[in-house]
Amino acid sequence: MANVAQSGARSKRSGREVRTGPLLAPTVVPLVFWAFVPLAVTLWFSLLHYNLLDPITHFVGFDNYSFLFTDPSLFDALWNTVALVGGVLIASIVLGCLFAVLFDQEFYGCSIARLLVIAPFFVMPTVSALIWKNLLMQPVNGLFAFITRSLGLGVVDWFGTWPLTSIGVIVAWQWVPFATLILLTAIQSLDREQVEAARMDGAKPVSMFFFIVLPHLARPIAVVIMIETIFLLSIFAEILVTTNGGPGDASTNLPYLVYKTALLDFDVGGGSAGGIVAVILANVVAIFLLRTVARSLD
Amino acid sequence: MRPKTKRKIGMTFVGWFVALLVAFPIFWMTLAAFKTEIGAVATPPELFFWPTLENFAEVRSRADYPVFAMNSIVISVTATFFAIVIALPAAYAMAFHPSRHTKDLLLWMLSTKMMPAIGVLLPIYLAYRELHLLDTVSGLIIIYILMNLPIVAWMIYSFFRDVPKEILEASRIDGAKPWQQVTMLLVPLALPGIASTALLSIILCWNEAFWSINLTATQARPLTAFIASFSSPEGLFWAKLSAASLLAIAPIVVLGFMTQRQLVRGLTFGAVK
Repeated sequence: MANVAQSGARSKRSGREVRTGPLLAPTVVPLVFWAFVPLAVTLWFSLLHYNLLDPITHFVGFDNYSFLFTDPSLFDALWNTVALVGGVLIASIVLGCLFAVLFDQEFYGCSIARLLVIAPFFVMPTVSALIWKNLLMQPVNGLFAFITRSLGLGVVDWFGTWPLTSIGVIVAWQWVPFATLILLTAIQSLDREQVEAARMDGAKPVSMFFFIVLPHLARPIAVVIMIETIFLLSIFAEILVTTNGGPGDASTNLPYLVYKTALLDFDVGGGSAGGIVAVILANVVAIFLLRTVARSLD
Repeated sequence: MRPKTKRKIGMTFVGWFVALLVAFPIFWMTLAAFKTEIGAVATPPELFFWPTLENFAEVRSRADYPVFAMNSIVISVTATFFAIVIALPAAYAMAFHPSRHTKDLLLWMLSTKMMPAIGVLLPIYLAYRELHLLDTVSGLIIIYILMNLPIVAWMIYSFFRDVPKEILEASRIDGAKPWQQVTMLLVPLALPGIASTALLSIILCWNEAFWSINLTATQARPLTAFIASFSSPEGLFWAKLSAASLLAIAPIVVLGFMTQRQLVRGLTFGAVK
């Protein structure tokens, strides 16, 4: 309470010198526009029969939604979205924690090794997807095919047999380094004296990890989960350049379904309804993220 | 002393093994960029070969690579510049003249980042078609400014908060006007922070692949969208794909290395420092 009163007094005092409105407006006004206008238009489109190939556009109420929710591709897409997010998240947290602990150690050349582990996060999505698809996973000349063939295991047609898993591997390759970066930074702020004291008391490395390191990482892990979820919910480029959502709908997620409906089938109304479903899904996650960040502001 | 050294050597092995494994696709791509087309698809794969620069020459001359690279540079730098200029006053106001609503304002700005792009693609696409902004550099710049404004404002705000209030107070008593405080004290003091904010924003713009693919066709294509075009039969030219990819990621990987720590702060909205 005292804090609020103080800052209120401060703004009143300095209010004479600095009016914050004009300072905030250039940021806030465009953002308000960006946050509400396009979304409102999408909502409106989703209630229309609106096809770019059909000159007649008219109001149809919730028809697009009822069509969408009877279309099996929506449920395939929802499932693929959730599976992709879930799989990559598990990989990120498990490997991210292991890597963070590993690269927190001092060893010869550890600072260069750290950079190497983080590097994939800076590779643009289209590059990583195409390099994996061609140079590594391609079933005839790819490196993986060569390795499995040399070991006498036969050849896997990655994108034909396991399209969603293959995309998941590529996406995980980009996001595990992100988790490592965040968790490594968090571990390095761990109280060294506490660790030393536990070691003196004879704590084993495993119990140190579970009772000291992991509790310290609880909040950073929560942050990683939520930030990655936001980005992973809108994976698009990786699917576009590898499988085009196929075979069939096997690797179509929600964003890709909307893209297909709207920009390839020209059904703006149906695509908008799918977009609204994506927004609702993202908002559920966003609420949790905002709570976590709000706590860190105090 | 002995067991400690032994442990360190063991760690060195494990650490480097993991690091090289994770970074392997990047090495493999780099190798392929210097192979001939025939060498790049050879089985068993070529490990020792006479490196050639012909792919880079080819990519540069035939694929209009310089045009796309220029688009990427112009778009990222311009969008970043405007985002910072627009966000600076807001960050100053929130950091030094906070009100009851500052926290809500920050959180609301953050929440605009959470709207999935796919939810607003159609109105933007159709509006851009009417306004003749499709496939233009300025069209993408506008989107990227809006996309990065919350992160940029948030980061500069957190760097301003690190500047001791006493310094500003002292300068105010000495008779400095608010705009003098900002230009002569605050910006120079927070310059390293502002620089890393700029780097983060450039990285995010450079690697953005949703709007760039959907809103550009030929003229305004940045590198993300250009590389995406290799998914067609052109992708069969692995050496050229690798050379183009290497050129596209090299500058940004270096920038990323330079700004790691501030990156953590920006990407987690200050929740992890």
